[in-house]
Amino acid sequence: MSIWPLRGLRDGVVTTRWPARPDEYADAWRGPVTVRDGGTAPPGAADVCPTGAIDVNGGRARVDQGKCILCGRCVAARPDVFAWSVGATGQQQAGLTRQALVVPQLPETDAEIAAVRARLAERTAALRRSVHVRHVDAGSDGSEEWEIQALLGPVYDIHRLGIFFTASPRHADVLLVTGAGSVGMTGPLRVTYDGMPEPKVVIAAGTDAVSGGLIAGGAMVSGGVGGSVPVDVWLPGSPPSPFGVLNALLIATGKLLGHQKGASR
Amino acid sequence: MTITSTEPSVTALWEALESRVSHGHRFAGLFAARRDGIGTLSAQVARPGGIDTLEAPLPPGAVSYPALTPRLGAAFWYERVIHDQTGIVPEGHTRLAPLIRPGDPQDHTLPRHVSGYGLFTIAHGPVRSGVLESIEYLVETPGEAIPHLNMRIFYKHRGIADRFTGRPVADGVLLAERTEGIASVAHALAYCHALEAMAGCQVPPGAALIRVVHAELERIASHLDVATRLADAAGLAVATARFAVHKERVMRLVSDLCGNRFGRGVVVPGGVAGWPLDRAEEILARVGKLEKQVLADARMLMGTSSFLDRLRGTGPLTPGRARDHGALGPIGRASGYSDDARLARPYDGYPLLGTEPATEHNVGDAMTRLRVRWDEADRSFRLVERAISQLPGSSAPAPAPAWRVPCEPAAGRAVGWAEAPQGEVFYDVAVTDGRIARCQPRSASFHNLVLMHEVFAGDILTDFPFIEASFGLSVAGAAL
Repeated sequence: MSIWPLRGLRDGVVTTRWPARPDEYADAWRGPVTVRDGGTAPPGAADVCPTGAIDVNGGRARVDQGKCILCGRCVAARPDVFAWSVGATGQQQAGLTRQALVVPQLPETDAEIAAVRARLAERTAALRRSVHVRHVDAGSDGSEEWEIQALLGPVYDIHRLGIFFTASPRHADVLLVTGAGSVGMTGPLRVTYDGMPEPKVVIAAGTDAVSGGLIAGGAMVSGGVGGSVPVDVWLPGSPPSPFGVLNALLIATGKLLGHQKGASR
Repeated sequence: MTITSTEPSVTALWEALESRVSHGHRFAGLFAARRDGIGTLSAQVARPGGIDTLEAPLPPGAVSYPALTPRLGAAFWYERVIHDQTGIVPEGHTRLAPLIRPGDPQDHTLPRHVSGYGLFTIAHGPVRSGVLESIEYLVETPGEAIPHLNMRIFYKHRGIADRFTGRPVADGVLLAERTEGIASVAHALAYCHALEAMAGCQVPPGAALIRVVHAELERIASHLDVATRLADAAGLAVATARFAVHKERVMRLVSDLCGNRFGRGVVVPGGVAGWPLDRAEEILARVGKLEKQVLADARMLMGTSSFLDRLRGTGPLTPGRARDHGALGPIGRASGYSDDARLARPYDGYPLLGTEPATEHNVGDAMTRLRVRWDEADRSFRLVERAISQLPGSSAPAPAPAWRVPCEPAAGRAVGWAEAPQGEVFYDVAVTDGRIARCQPRSASFHNLVLMHEVFAGDILTDFPFIEASFGLSVAGAAL
């Protein structure tokens, strides 16, 4: 005879307390590369990056985290200039504009992002309670799906936050897109987006979805999904961690509050 | 050691292939390439000790060749891909519909293969219910039984093979890790093995062991994913939750070891990137605890009759078909056909660690496939433990041993392989001037997915999720 319900009690509560409390695993997460303060980069520093995410101008390096595949070559080659970002959660870990993923940010993007944030908040005011998410794979490598599925397990348990995955785009508030934008998925992705009722929010989850990553420039991908659907939240990572995806979902629906780690609202 | 032989003509190539297969070698792949304006067919054959490449040139200007599929059914999808990518027609192929080349998006007609009263086609996908990869299943059914199933995998074809071309050899491993994301380590290994064969370099013993640790942790995570999906399909909420937690713990262990939950960045040409030497005891304790928890829940699952009733006899693959096709990984092993690369063509740390004979199975249904996975997970845990124990000790503050040797072949061509959780993957890599001239990955998912056509004997629509989950394949790896 099986006694699964009793076995379910064995390990006690394994669910993270985040976002109400900090989570050790989320805070220790090694994210896309960032640039150290005051580091001077020679012009050749950009050459180590296999996706061309680094731009060096007048000794000042910028990293486009939307292109970063986290291979760590730049960190290994020039630890004085480049460093891993730490932590999977907070407003900084996903961009509200594509440009916001370029670090360090240009001063003028701050005001622009604030305006975008205000518009998004206005648009999604109705989504603050329960939201339904439709995921579409537009040419991922398969790892992003594992990380999103993890959210449904007991460790992340997104149902506790009122977030549910839905089969029908007609019931969906959020479109969570993974993959580099394969030619074959362009049509189905658009049909799914068009089938969703307003207001709707689109998240590009993962470096592939943001920019195409390593596959960008190929004949069979569009180099990110931004050309097929209007993206509201850009989430880098190759793949993004489950906390990263959860964080992006909360940002997209205006549920990530100011007191949480790294938040800037 | 890889031998490449060139046959004078396509017919001679087919005869050489058939002779190899009749001697017990396994047909592993068939590809076409155009080099200097001349089309070349290259077939891979797996034998004990290695994978051989047999080639034949196509006559200049040839737009067709006599198809292999009528002689060797396992070439069915390979020749469709050749047709999609080069336009060369395999004459006599039974069905040359597009497989990885996207069709006309405005064409909504559904292909129909069986006809009869009340039959209709359920187009399931490419956007599916649940968080799954994009694939379209065309299920032809009178309502319950599934007399015919068709698959369209082109939706997420990314043209990965072309993206290798022209990159420095060291960058290829990054792309290999993203060819089939849930088997990142195995793909990185297969790619690096090809480079190492070309350069003739020997991976340091410590690195060879660390490669085993990560490859086996990847296998455990993948098998737990299959168990989670099967338990979910059966509506066993607690079992689903338990296996999801176990899988998360494995992935967190991997990320603690290397900074990435999929083991990306670990395998580099010539060795590995590193290893936290000072934590052997803590890591062993975590692995031991996981092993106990996973195997206890696995025993419980395999004693839950309401669950087993859904799997027993579901989606059977006959031993004859498995052998003829050369079915890979757990799918082959559940049907009595085993060609495990770790045993037949050993690499890295596997020869050092010794191998245990696997329990033989031949029923070939979804339940047996799950049994095979539990047997494998059990052995994987022990391999991980043995590998970690054999790593250099942490007691002395000695400098870390060298984890890698230089491996940058300037030119050459070789095939590298590794046993992924889904079965053997291989990479046929050609290098010129330190850059990748051509790289052809072949995942186990591609080779095995075509078998889904054949396992619906008597099964009904509600069996579909069980059969799909029991295959445990990745569409990304199949569509490339």
